[in-house]
Amino acid sequence: MILTDWFTMPENFVYSAIGVTMLATAYRVVTTRNVVHAVLHLVAALAASAALFLLLGAEFVAWTVVLVYIGAVIVLFLFGIMITRAPLGVETELSHPRRIRIPAAIVSFALFLVIGSTMVGAFKDDVIEPAPQGTMEFGITRTADVGQSIFQRFVIPFEVVSVLLLAALIGAIVLARKDPTEEESEATGTMR
Amino acid sequence: MIGTPIFDVFSTLLAGVNHASRFNDGGALAAGAWMIPVVPMVMAFLIVFFGKRSPWKGWVMATGTMLFVAIYGMALFLMNLVEGITYQGSVWLSDVGTTAFGVLNVEWGWMVDGLSIMMYFLVGVVGVLIFWYARGYMEDDVRYTWFFASFTLFAGGMLVLVSAPNLIQLIVGWELVGVSSYLLIGHYWEEHQNSSAAIKAFMTNKVADVGLFVGAIIIGVSVGSFRFSEILGVVEGESGDSTLAKYAFWAGLAIFIGAMGKSAQFPLHVWLPDAMAGPTPVSALMHAATMVTAGVYLIGRLFPFYMNDLFASDVRTVIIIVGAATLLLAGLLALVQDDIKRVLAYSTLSQLGYMTAAMGAGAYTAGLFHLFTHGFFKALLFLGAGSIIHAVHSNNMSDMGGLRKYMPRTFWTFLIGSFALAGIFPLAGFWSKDEILASIQYDASHGGGAVASTVLVVAIIGAFVTALYMTRTVYLTFFGKYKGDAHPHESPKTMTLPMVGLTIGAVGLGALNIPGITTWFTDSLAARFVAPGDHHATSIEWVLAIIGTAAALAGIALGYRLWHRDAAIQRDRDTFRIPVLYPLLENKYYIDDFYMGNIIRPVRGPLARAVDWFNSHIIDSVVNGAGYLARGLGKTVYLFDQRGIDGVINVSGFAASFAGGMLRLFQTGRVQHYAIMIFAGTVFLVVGLIIF
Amino acid sequence: MLINQFLLLGAALFSLGVYGVLTRKNAVLVLLSVELMLAAVNINLVAFDRYFVDTEAAGQVFALFVITVAAAEVGIGLAIVLLIFRVRKSANVDEFDLMKL
Repeated sequence: MILTDWFTMPENFVYSAIGVTMLATAYRVVTTRNVVHAVLHLVAALAASAALFLLLGAEFVAWTVVLVYIGAVIVLFLFGIMITRAPLGVETELSHPRRIRIPAAIVSFALFLVIGSTMVGAFKDDVIEPAPQGTMEFGITRTADVGQSIFQRFVIPFEVVSVLLLAALIGAIVLARKDPTEEESEATGTMR
Repeated sequence: MIGTPIFDVFSTLLAGVNHASRFNDGGALAAGAWMIPVVPMVMAFLIVFFGKRSPWKGWVMATGTMLFVAIYGMALFLMNLVEGITYQGSVWLSDVGTTAFGVLNVEWGWMVDGLSIMMYFLVGVVGVLIFWYARGYMEDDVRYTWFFASFTLFAGGMLVLVSAPNLIQLIVGWELVGVSSYLLIGHYWEEHQNSSAAIKAFMTNKVADVGLFVGAIIIGVSVGSFRFSEILGVVEGESGDSTLAKYAFWAGLAIFIGAMGKSAQFPLHVWLPDAMAGPTPVSALMHAATMVTAGVYLIGRLFPFYMNDLFASDVRTVIIIVGAATLLLAGLLALVQDDIKRVLAYSTLSQLGYMTAAMGAGAYTAGLFHLFTHGFFKALLFLGAGSIIHAVHSNNMSDMGGLRKYMPRTFWTFLIGSFALAGIFPLAGFWSKDEILASIQYDASHGGGAVASTVLVVAIIGAFVTALYMTRTVYLTFFGKYKGDAHPHESPKTMTLPMVGLTIGAVGLGALNIPGITTWFTDSLAARFVAPGDHHATSIEWVLAIIGTAAALAGIALGYRLWHRDAAIQRDRDTFRIPVLYPLLENKYYIDDFYMGNIIRPVRGPLARAVDWFNSHIIDSVVNGAGYLARGLGKTVYLFDQRGIDGVINVSGFAASFAGGMLRLFQTGRVQHYAIMIFAGTVFLVVGLIIF
Repeated sequence: MLINQFLLLGAALFSLGVYGVLTRKNAVLVLLSVELMLAAVNINLVAFDRYFVDTEAAGQVFALFVITVAAAEVGIGLAIVLLIFRVRKSANVDEFDLMKL
């Protein structure tokens, strides 16, 4: 497939727009000097990934990303930032100095090259079949299908994940709970 | 008992019928005996996870397990007395396939025959009493639950060992015992000397284990199977030109070296006295029923191999000499110890010497009978010592004395245990020791020659020494005036009742095998697939019995002469010293020093120096070289800078700082720096994989 | 659409996440970067699912699992950061260098 062919497909316009947004916001997440901005950029990057899932016909995953990530996880992050008193506003000390940033950049770029070249070498010009004209159903996974798959084929991993979530819940409570110091418990004792 | 009305059991027992010709497979009881090793192993892990929440913080689980083993062992023992069981269950875990020397299979199985039933009984009954006792003794321990978990694992490992129908499973059990003994000896690891005692025990055993591995491999390769039934089948076939016969001497010797490690025979005995660093119940179980009996058990298991003239019968000369040396040298060492547990430890060594010497003399029954009775009275003595230590908060006999008045129950049980150990009629120790003497005498007149005659004399001297040190211990502990600072008190019932239970065993178990009168023990041990082919006394050897008893009484008399007066005039500690011998004994024949000076230091020193040299020369020079490289790069950069080539300056300055930065990344303690190395390494590996 | 366009996007996002993990000082920001890496994995999973036309939608199901696990990870991770912050009065990973000891 030559480049002009690729550019003439309408979905690739959408893809390009989403991809550029995603990379730009992701770049800002890892470089910005404002903590809150980093979180908001992450929202944008995740929203872009949700859009990408919609483009790939994975509706349920897309909305799950929106609900779980953008809805819940981000709030958690904002709380984390506030509780740990991360500096709000512009802060130059959020990243390591150049001494570390440069090797890190080299390593991650090399990682990208390795993964990318492997992928390109493996799949070359393989195409994800577009939806044929007039059959919108093709290539779109209905939520019902995902549900059936989860509760039939993948029911055991599903249960395991539910246990994991419970364990994480308990673990987070145990870790984050503030054990009352002696004076505090004495104070409550006298109040009673 | 399966299929036999209960009345028949007793009538057969009373009749004492020789049932050697009618072994059976033991029915469902033997088929279900896989539970004996499996239940403790599983329970040990369950206690780790659920012990703290269970009743008595895991004690109930542990003791219940041992109670199960004890009851099962008793049932098998009784049934074996009546009918004689030989059963071998097995589950083939995998078929490893054809190897250079035939088909090799990995098998997990359980042996139910006279020998292993005796061990189930011993481990179960002694074990349950010690576990019961440990509840009182360990009451305030911080790692109470963990203690019972590893204690159960210890007993379970021993049961895996004795239930093994092949050498591979035996080695698995052997190592389980080793590792759990490491955990238990180092139970109080907060003190450095305890953890190093644990390491010493583990390492000494490892040295010996090499022998076991070599022997097992020689046997397994030459027979083409690791199963005892097939190995001993070859032996029974008496084909002198089999591969096994060719290497039998070396195989037998190597296996005996393994047994020397676990059974703490001279000169590999050094770990056992130090192993007293563990809690007293551990010492009791280790000395009575598990661990140290493993070596003797192993020789008993392969006994036909050691008996047959075409195979390893020459090794028996080595065995009897090692056993005799251990019994005398360790007995003498017990005379000079101040730590009561160490006295008992050297006493155990000495008694193990008796068992080994008996095995070497070809006395399968006598050796194992002594193992059996010794299990009871030595456990009793250790529990008594633990009770004393619990009361006076010291291990040293110089802090004891006069305890007879404070702890009467401990005193009486300890006294009975001491008499049993000294071999006083009619306690259990008398019968087993007498049988050993008789067997050695038989060997001396049937091919053992001068070696066996000498060993017989040594064994009689050993009986004298045994009585002497036990008298000393009893006097220094229970008589005279109390020399310590604590307020001694009798131990609680949870501790004294198990001691009473063991006392019953120490008194009565000799009746199982009175030569010429009862043959229960002999018969039950004879229930094996391949007959052990030993000789056992059929009538009481009156002369030897009288000489042995006289030696013991002489020991007691001398002890009375030496330490009774000592106790009477209330010296701070015993003053009896023999000029030359005493320093030699005090320093344990300098064996530990020898190991330290000639083996450990020479190895450790050069090793440490080699590592140091490698560190300071190779690694440092790599780091320095990289540093020089970076500095050289920096100088180059400086030169370029001087010449004012702006574009190049920035790039190479960056390179220099990058090189310097990379060098500093190696050990910073910061996770992210390591993460960089991990990702870089991944990239490097993947690229390498793609290119090559 | 090429499969590779999605895979390369995923690879780029993943590398950016790695870069963030390696360079960020603030522990919360390190966790943010980990989220980027997980999102990249999700993109790959869904793209493969679509590419192989799996009738059981295994790729999507696993993407869902990744999301769930990521949520758990964030919860625990933030709890740990909080704990360290209480002890050390800082959420700065520079100061967690106990591994050097």
